[in-house]
Amino acid sequence: MSAPAASPAAVEVQGLSASYGPAAVALRDVTFSATGGQAVAVLGPNGGGKTTLFRALLGELPTASGSATVHGTIAYVPQTERSRLDFPVSALDVALMGAYARTSWYRRIAARDRSLARVALERVGLAERAGTRFGALSGGQRQRVLIARALVQDAGVLLLDEPFAGVDRTSQEAIMAILDELRAEGRVLLIATHDVEQARGWDRVLCLAGRQIAYGAPAETLTNAVLEGTYGEEIVMLDCGHRAVAIQHHSHSHNH
Amino acid sequence: MDILSSGLLQRALLEVVVLGATCGALGVWLLHLRHTYAAESLAHAMLPGLVIAALVGAPLLLGAAGGVLAAAALIALAARDTRVGPEIAVGVTVTTAFGLGAMLALTPDVPARLGELLFGDLLGTTTADLVAACGLSAVVGLALWAGHRPLAAAVFDPLAAPSLGVRPGRVELALLALLALAVVAAVQGLGNLLVLALIVAPAAGALRLGRTIGMQIALAAALGALSGLLGLVASAELDLAAGASVALAAIVLWMLAALLGPRPPSPAGGTPRSLAETLSGG
Repeated sequence: MSAPAASPAAVEVQGLSASYGPAAVALRDVTFSATGGQAVAVLGPNGGGKTTLFRALLGELPTASGSATVHGTIAYVPQTERSRLDFPVSALDVALMGAYARTSWYRRIAARDRSLARVALERVGLAERAGTRFGALSGGQRQRVLIARALVQDAGVLLLDEPFAGVDRTSQEAIMAILDELRAEGRVLLIATHDVEQARGWDRVLCLAGRQIAYGAPAETLTNAVLEGTYGEEIVMLDCGHRAVAIQHHSHSHNH
Repeated sequence: MDILSSGLLQRALLEVVVLGATCGALGVWLLHLRHTYAAESLAHAMLPGLVIAALVGAPLLLGAAGGVLAAAALIALAARDTRVGPEIAVGVTVTTAFGLGAMLALTPDVPARLGELLFGDLLGTTTADLVAACGLSAVVGLALWAGHRPLAAAVFDPLAAPSLGVRPGRVELALLALLALAVVAAVQGLGNLLVLALIVAPAAGALRLGRTIGMQIALAAALGALSGLLGLVASAELDLAAGASVALAAIVLWMLAALLGPRPPSPAGGTPRSLAETLSGG
């Protein structure tokens, strides 16, 4: 599978405000841009606007003001426990969903797309689990299948919703390696996460708490002041190394 | 079997087998979308439409369509009021519609017979009824075939579906429209109440037995057709009500599948959408 097509993948967001209705603005004043090859950690508390930003980029939310422009195909990689684990589809079936948008309703999925799906599963290290029911895979394996689906979509921009949540150590490393490869191919990755330490490893950090708190390279951006502004009361300061740690109030209810 | 020699029974048999297969296949998707309550609600809420159609001598199809649309609009409206909420909106609308339908049907000088609308009249199937049922079944079957991939994406991963080119809200609405068609097709034979048995029971059995979605749909269609066949034969041999026998046969087959089938896979993630949320595009 090759890197995404001719025009380089990019995301440009300019003064974006988005809301779920006229009553409440869920996210405002977001301005950032990311170009091919960059991985952006999107940090923030639950309800801070990570999901809202993703949905605005996907074109599923009306923008109240400002603009969000995406160059290249965009794919959403949800948390795997949000999908229906009792639905009888195999890993290969799920990867093939990446070809749905380009398959007419009266046609079978093209042979080329079938081989693309197999190659994608191979890339995420799950070639031999192609026939396994999605719900029977481990959390990390399911996450990799959903990334394979985004590869079949040939996405230049990937929005990943907490790809490391509920994932065992081995799978974490496997996913990290895949994301590094995707980045090297010139794709843009937006990674919603709770993990401040991990965010330090990506190219850029975007801090959201109802509005944009900061955007930039991790070293300059992840200051204690910014983290306090992002997480408010949820922050705990560790005096060793002056590093702050965000306390996760993990709620599994769906927060828009 | 000599019961097959009567034209009356032949028509009834063909009708119930076709309807069983259609409702079974449709039911698989309704169950996966967790829309059993919606299925029941919509089927019941179209009663006033059916009664009014019977009163003025219009085709039942037209009445059912009108009844469904009116009920859907009422549910969507009521659900928008946050003091009411989706579940109550469905409950109140359906009860109101059903009560209204029963009241209309029970006025003394009415040609429509409430019993037939509620419980069907399989043995009264005319050739025209049979043609209509087969035509509607064909439409539902074709639509399910054409919509297979969008349905799979909408059920499996509604959050990512839009980026896969699928709008889950529209898919669910389309499925509810197919449900309305199937109920309209089945109402003459099985009635507004008993049709639910053929939509829910074969699909529930198939979900226990089938390992792939395609297998589940095929099994549900087969179980639905078998329910129709067994129920009708039993009703003829034992002199029981035809529609009720078919419904009971479907339930018995489901119980066998649940008892003898493999254990169901791990419980599901995700949250079901309520009927009101779907109708109001929420």
